[in-house]
Amino acid sequence: MSSFLEATARERLAQLFDAGSFSELLPPQARVISPHLGQLDAPVAFDDGVAVGSATLGGQHVLVAAQEGAFMGGAVGEVHGAKLVGLLRRAVGEKAKAVLLLLETGGVRLHEANAGLIAVSEVMRAVLDARAAGVAVISLVGGSNGCFGGMGIVARCTNAVIMSEEGRLAMSGPEVIETTSGVEEFDSRDRALVWRTTGGKHRYLMGDCQSIVPDEMGAFRAAAMAVLVGLDAGTTALTIESVEAEHQLLSQRLLRFGSATDPLDIWAALGMADPASIPMMEAAAFIDASVGHRAGDQ
Amino acid sequence: METLVYRFEQGTRTVPATPQVVGVVGSGNLEVLIEPAALGGACQIQISTAARGFGATWEAVMRDFHARWQLADVNIAINDMGATPAVVSLRLDQAVESMLGSAP
Repeated sequence: MSSFLEATARERLAQLFDAGSFSELLPPQARVISPHLGQLDAPVAFDDGVAVGSATLGGQHVLVAAQEGAFMGGAVGEVHGAKLVGLLRRAVGEKAKAVLLLLETGGVRLHEANAGLIAVSEVMRAVLDARAAGVAVISLVGGSNGCFGGMGIVARCTNAVIMSEEGRLAMSGPEVIETTSGVEEFDSRDRALVWRTTGGKHRYLMGDCQSIVPDEMGAFRAAAMAVLVGLDAGTTALTIESVEAEHQLLSQRLLRFGSATDPLDIWAALGMADPASIPMMEAAAFIDASVGHRAGDQ
Repeated sequence: METLVYRFEQGTRTVPATPQVVGVVGSGNLEVLIEPAALGGACQIQISTAARGFGATWEAVMRDFHARWQLADVNIAINDMGATPAVVSLRLDQAVESMLGSAP
């Protein structure tokens, strides 16, 4: 049993997919590094913080990417983003069944300014293009840096998001909210509050992620395989109906929970028994307890 | 950033063809890229480090490393973000072991 949270990007690629199946594109020895960091006298990484390539999952060929959260918080620079875009376009070209994105990122790499921002928007477009071309895109979020900023949006542009409780998914990160709105609004050092607000369980209850798993490599692997199987049923493309349904869900969310000050209030309003006990629950018990109470279910 | 290059001649041990990378460029950590290269029997190490002014320490750590492994025709590239000498030594050993699958 090994932790997804504690693994590096390369360990995740080695352990999540079929043993020895990962084949890297633009590997470290190709030295495709950031053109910006050197100018700022900042350290570079030989893979610019993301490993991309192909692998098999239960024998099924897929394209994969894993962001390294320890390098600049997994932030997306120009090269990092271009590697993700290239992978997604390659998936369209080779009519791959799916692209799996192992996301751990704070979003745009601010050092690279506009180049980083453009890179993230290009990733979003590439995700939607891949989906429109029949390629499913699946996000896995379980790293200690979570998945924030523009890459939080990217995750929600994908067909499915698989999270662990330890994983976090949001737009603005805790420190950003505290800095812009004040500590009274959001105390970024209150770890329980941070996880209640952005963690996997809240995302699962709100319908923002499709699966929640324990922090184990095997659990992520099994969930990813289950999503792949489930894909055979429907379309991968983003449809106007699904966008309208999402907007409906979001306006209901604002209407029902807009005055809530803590996710505990929301969980109670969703009908979860004993909301205060939720953060301590194991994933399996939590999934059982949440049946019929998730925002999308009601 | 500071760039340091060391070259040790007349090594005895070569490595397989597939390059390996170990470690990540995170705070107090480093990444080590190791690959075979035609260097006339030498082992060359290029270091790009965020901590300036530690050349003497790096040289001592690299000399110890070369004494342990005696690598020949090997190129090693390091991106460092302030790793301590002990961490550097362990990562270098890990890099070679990932190539050779054995301890010195």
